[in-house]
Amino acid sequence: MKLYMSKQLNIVRSPAVPLNMENVDTDQIIPARFLKATSREGFGKNLFRDWRYENDDDTKPRKGFPLNNPVYKGKILVAAKNFGCGSSREHAAWAIKDYGFDVVISSFFADIFKNNALNNFLLPVTVSEGFLQKLFAAIEKDPATELEVNLQEQTIKLPDGSWQAFEINNYKKTCLLNGYDDIDYLLSIKDDINSYETKRAFQF
Amino acid sequence: MGKTLFEKIWEKHVVKTIDGGPSILYIDKHFIHEVTSPQAFNGLNKRGIKVLRPHQVVATADHNVPTLNQHLPIKEELSRLQVEALKNNCAEHGIELYGLGHPYQGIVHVIGPELGITQPGMTIVCGDSHTSTHGAFGNIAFGIGTSEVEMVLATQCLMQTKPKLMRINIEGKLNKGVVSKDIVLYILSRITASGATGYAVEFAGSAIRSLTMEARMTICNMSIEMGARCGMIAPDETTFIYIKGRKFAPTGEEWDKRLAYWKTLYSDNDAAFDKEITIRAEDIEPMITYGTNPGMGVGVTGHVPSLSEIDEKEKPSFEKSLAYMGLQPGANIKGRKVDYVFIGSCTNSRIEDLRMVASFVKGKHKASNVEVWVVPGSKQVEKQAIEEGIDKVFSEAGFILRQPGCSACLGMNEDKIPAGKYCISTSNRNFEGRQGPNARTFLASPLTAALAAITGEVGDIREYYKETELVTN
Repeated sequence: MKLYMSKQLNIVRSPAVPLNMENVDTDQIIPARFLKATSREGFGKNLFRDWRYENDDDTKPRKGFPLNNPVYKGKILVAAKNFGCGSSREHAAWAIKDYGFDVVISSFFADIFKNNALNNFLLPVTVSEGFLQKLFAAIEKDPATELEVNLQEQTIKLPDGSWQAFEINNYKKTCLLNGYDDIDYLLSIKDDINSYETKRAFQF
Repeated sequence: MGKTLFEKIWEKHVVKTIDGGPSILYIDKHFIHEVTSPQAFNGLNKRGIKVLRPHQVVATADHNVPTLNQHLPIKEELSRLQVEALKNNCAEHGIELYGLGHPYQGIVHVIGPELGITQPGMTIVCGDSHTSTHGAFGNIAFGIGTSEVEMVLATQCLMQTKPKLMRINIEGKLNKGVVSKDIVLYILSRITASGATGYAVEFAGSAIRSLTMEARMTICNMSIEMGARCGMIAPDETTFIYIKGRKFAPTGEEWDKRLAYWKTLYSDNDAAFDKEITIRAEDIEPMITYGTNPGMGVGVTGHVPSLSEIDEKEKPSFEKSLAYMGLQPGANIKGRKVDYVFIGSCTNSRIEDLRMVASFVKGKHKASNVEVWVVPGSKQVEKQAIEEGIDKVFSEAGFILRQPGCSACLGMNEDKIPAGKYCISTSNRNFEGRQGPNARTFLASPLTAALAAITGEVGDIREYYKETELVTN
């Protein structure tokens, strides 16, 4: 587990942990009863809490859950369609990052989760359904399969040379590559915001 | 070409757009609560900056508060600290807080509209996915994460990419016993829990126009369950009448000015949507969910799909879901015993919801096998329920009327459904563990939940319709 969030991302080379389950909602990623903290740290230990442990007893890991399977490790989580749906809790992104993942791959992310991930230097990579299945198959065949996610090139590669490009808007890409965050940017355009405020029709 | 309702509001709020990137969107109203705001305030403090426009921020404590004995200090230490942090942060930054004990306290998406803070044409955000509720008034309202809460506190702006646009039309007349919750559960069962991801959804059509504001809120509330960025309904006379006279509604000349603007907020006839769906209101029956996402719903007389009806790829999730729920493929839902009934949440805890429940329950008593919790959405709803004698109807029926909060919708406070038990719930999510570890949730309308409270099982409210004059919305 990491103590500090790594700002800046570019190339992540790592084996991956597969979670082949559709519609994983943020209540599964981090159940509500663990949202009582007032800091951003330490959520990794409760990541997928109710899937990881029998009867909420953290001395009894649930067999068969990928995070408990020692053959799977790495900085990349490979997830199925509609990952991160439901609640807007950013704690979900904090928990995944705090556990040690830098990249989540899926064929489809829920909107709010995707923004939350980007704001925490956790890279959501959207691939085609076909490529996703290929990733799951490769990891199942050899859990040590190393994936390479290259943000600068916007590509994800398998050791056999097959690859796919992924999309990310230029602004966010620059932020992640350089460790900038949105607040820095917004604070830098204060004049634009002030001038908008003086021109708006209604002072709601 | 004409513009959609969404585009008309969006364009008025863009401060600037980054080439090849997002737009900077100005936010008119920002609601905050105790759970998703503390880290945002910490961030401001670290940067040494203050909230830019404290008067555009409204705070309440709802997610993590007890719903009994709210006059006493909160027993659970972490919950108490979180509520105290909100109090301190609001005091330090000059933000109005409707905290525990305040006559305006309640679920954030209930109090915004009832205080007249929520108005057409605005941009509204909150660190809660059900912020989509406010879209019922014809505004752009959506849930955000805590980093974004910090952005809005610091700059009153957010970085957003413009979503695609979808319109869902509900045309015709609703069947008796079918209410707004059934409409939205029906849409979800048709388009799935990811069917609107990437879209802003406008709900339209004659059946939507006929709904009250509270009914419209129930529908927009659950647009996030389809994955939508936001849900919205064009404002009309129903909207204007609802807002007029409320605490923070404009008055006099300002009312006239705003009203004139609000009347321009509709999608033009020739406006283009990326996707459009039309549903016949007559096709909708009282709905119930059987699975572990809100898209897994059927009519109460229907059955759990059999394995042959499920896509090969979706079978593992489907089977996992049914195993969690303790249901077999192809099983009937009607007649299933329930252990708990939860009437509450930002989806269905408003006065009309309580009236609906009371209209069926009056003079009856709950079944012996169920425990019934009614959690009003706000202090004002609670007060009104007492003034109307609804509290007596409930206590005579053996229901417990608790105090306002999010409660068993997300099981963050002590209001949890025990493991393995079935709860018929008027809330919005049936996810695994949502109402408590291993709790099993059937989502339904307040009427269907009221029926289950009396009979102890899932039933069809239409069979009882003639017997009682039911209130609907």
